Amino acid sequence: MGNVIEIRDLHVTAKTDSGRVVEIIRGVDLDVADGEIVALIGESGSGKTTIALTLLGYARPGCSIVGGSVTVDGEDTVAISEAERRSLRGTRVAYVPQSAAAAFNPSKTIMDQVVEVAQIHDLMPMDAARKKAVELFRALALPEPETIGARYPHQVSGGQLQRLSAAMALIGDPKVMVFDEPTTALDVTTQIEVLRAFKAVMRERGMAGIYVSHDLAVVAQIADRIVVLKGGEVQEVGATEAIVHRPSHSYTKALIGAFHPRARVPDPEAAADGPQPILKVSGVTAGYGGTGRDKMPKYVVLKNLDLTLERGRSLGVIGESGSGKSTLARVIAGLLPAAKGSIEMDGVRLGQATRDRSKEDLRKLQIVFQLADTALNPNKPVGAILARPLVFYHAMAGRERDAEVDRLLDMVRLPRGLKHRLPSELSGGQKQRVNFARALAARPELILCDEITSALDTVVAAAVLDLLDELQRELGLTYMFISHDLSTVEAICDRVAVMYQGEKVEEMPTSRMKSGPEHPYSKLLIASVPKLDTGWLDGLRDDPLMAAAMEGR
Amino acid sequence: MNAVIARLVLKRLGIMLLSLLIVAFAVFFATELLPGDVAQILLGQAATPEAVAGLRTAMHLDEPAFLRFLHWLFGLMSGDLGRSYANDREVADLISGRLANSLELAFVTTLFSVPIALTLGITSAMFRGSFYDRMVSVFTVTVISIPEFMVATLAVIIFAVYLRWLPALSVASEVHGIGELLRIYAMPVITLAFVVSAQMIRMTRAAVIDTLNTAYVEMALLKGASRRRIVLRHALPNALGPIVNAMALSLSYLLGGVIIVETIFNYPGVAKLMVDAVSTRDLPLIQSCAMIFCVSYLLLILIADVVAIMANPRLRNQ
Repeated sequence: MGNVIEIRDLHVTAKTDSGRVVEIIRGVDLDVADGEIVALIGESGSGKTTIALTLLGYARPGCSIVGGSVTVDGEDTVAISEAERRSLRGTRVAYVPQSAAAAFNPSKTIMDQVVEVAQIHDLMPMDAARKKAVELFRALALPEPETIGARYPHQVSGGQLQRLSAAMALIGDPKVMVFDEPTTALDVTTQIEVLRAFKAVMRERGMAGIYVSHDLAVVAQIADRIVVLKGGEVQEVGATEAIVHRPSHSYTKALIGAFHPRARVPDPEAAADGPQPILKVSGVTAGYGGTGRDKMPKYVVLKNLDLTLERGRSLGVIGESGSGKSTLARVIAGLLPAAKGSIEMDGVRLGQATRDRSKEDLRKLQIVFQLADTALNPNKPVGAILARPLVFYHAMAGRERDAEVDRLLDMVRLPRGLKHRLPSELSGGQKQRVNFARALAARPELILCDEITSALDTVVAAAVLDLLDELQRELGLTYMFISHDLSTVEAICDRVAVMYQGEKVEEMPTSRMKSGPEHPYSKLLIASVPKLDTGWLDGLRDDPLMAAAMEGR
Repeated sequence: MNAVIARLVLKRLGIMLLSLLIVAFAVFFATELLPGDVAQILLGQAATPEAVAGLRTAMHLDEPAFLRFLHWLFGLMSGDLGRSYANDREVADLISGRLANSLELAFVTTLFSVPIALTLGITSAMFRGSFYDRMVSVFTVTVISIPEFMVATLAVIIFAVYLRWLPALSVASEVHGIGELLRIYAMPVITLAFVVSAQMIRMTRAAVIDTLNTAYVEMALLKGASRRRIVLRHALPNALGPIVNAMALSLSYLLGGVIIVETIFNYPGVAKLMVDAVSTRDLPLIQSCAMIFCVSYLLLILIADVVAIMANPRLRNQ
């Protein structure tokens, strides 16, 4: 069996905004045999997507391939002309993008875009191409395969679009498929269907593929071999089983370590004096789109929700996108006034909107947003960002304030020298720590964390979670931790609330998450989280609950 | 789909009527504020106060301004634009000939400048950063910053005075054959095309570049599409909304804003008519012209919005 992909000593450079040229791929070698699926994994910036794109002879604007060869199906995509590359793309190598929602042209029908490859390369008559597309839709388990092509991209769901993008790639019968994090943007429950569809199609056609991902558990389901990348260099290569169970490189170990969360040990002190509620949400209904005559919002997102947070504990809130998790945080923080219901803190009812709350109420309850990039003022140095709440809540000034800024940086394990830097000069993990330190500056009792580790790489996220855990012990903080990532919630929370379509369907101790969720949706959600086990996806077929849930979609 | 557009057009027409009413009101009272008196101007400096007063009564100028406004408004609704104060002719007659001239000029300029602007805008977006793109940018910025009377004067000096290819004045009454027609229109059209296309080129380029940076354009590239196909099939349809809006704004200028060009080439259009009317305090005429400009502007914007909606399936299929 020959190699369908051979990458030799690949070097790619990128030009930074300041005009500096940096080497982002430093001499990578890679082989993929016929019919083999190789996964490229690594954190963001490791160069995995860049390598995948060189297979199509493409480097993103600002990047250029400066050395080495990338041989795909006998052709060196580095050496051939642009016209030859064009004829290669879509016919012999095809690409499945990370966000299908963005990769579909909003102003053309799905069918037009799926058969476009056949049209560009004149592979077959258009009627035949359309027929073939419908067959592919069917093979990828899409609903209404006959008519789905006539719709526009905004008229189908994200999971369906992702499968449609695979159909778009398969129409030209390529030898090699390049998957670029195709399930990262999806909910876990949707991810399963997409993964299954991909795997079935690839297996059936015996195609070779490159699967780019940062999620080891996902990769374990679909890849034959795994290549671990860091800083543009290959760290470790091995069969999936071997990498998952016997990693040798330290970075791979860290990746796998981050995947196995330590079981949460309840703080004995807090347990001693029994649960003390700090925040009580009762019968809250909220939504968007202005209120009608009945004082109810046009689009109701939260329906009659009850929730209690206990002092010094953490409550995880999980659910798929659109289930109302973030809206709940916004309502509690007063950013979105509830249409109905009450929010009590320490037995005192809070105003619905921030302007109806006292400064003291505001201080006690802080919110930390998902994207530190947008939450931190890009024009202010870190020191000024942290000083602001100190002045506002505690009227600190001069040396006292500077000392407090230093203390906050110490608390979140950042060097004090960072206070002179702008947020854009920090790494993602550092920014998120600053974001969190800003909430701590108010000396809050309750912190609402809205997906604060979702945008971070696995290893970095694990470090941030450890920090949160420690701070909770030291300062007796209460967290409400919103996440779509169940292992994160498992690592840090005492109890978990499952949200579904704006309602809390179940609440349980974290320890029961694995063993006995009761509501069918919680069961489905928890069972959908990929496990670091190569047989997990195939094993699901035998699970009656999952089988039933799949049928329903 | 048709229902959506019909609803939008109806709604817009309603808003249009309201805007027109407000504009009419504003223009009427703005002209009221102008110093000078129509009767005085008509009769000249030597007129006796009695004669002026008599004329004022005859022209209903002694009535309260608001009443005159209502008179005029009701007249307008029944299709009567009123009579000119200055020469007592029907305003409708005065305007109709001039409007036809203006529309002709605007039409020829549009026919000329839109394809050129689109081509230059799209191609410079396609070859972004190239020498060609930079030349187009330099050209458009230069044209935007040079006032149009300068362009017009230069055109007259070069083509009429030195080269003697074209007549300096555009008098449309003595046209014999298509060649002469072209010669007469050439200079005003060139001048106006320069002015309106610069803005359109810049907006087209910006809108196309915006869409060229999207993930679906990268996807098209990775499907093996040629540059031409990427721009024309993928980028352009999504850039159409902003482009037609920019065009509507530029083209609306062709009716009311071309006074300088009309003056320099002595072209008998509506803009010149309106400025003349201002100097004689000819209220009915000023107002009618203002209403025409306003209607044309609103219509162009409406057309642009309808085109933008047609181009966007999200809005089209609401």
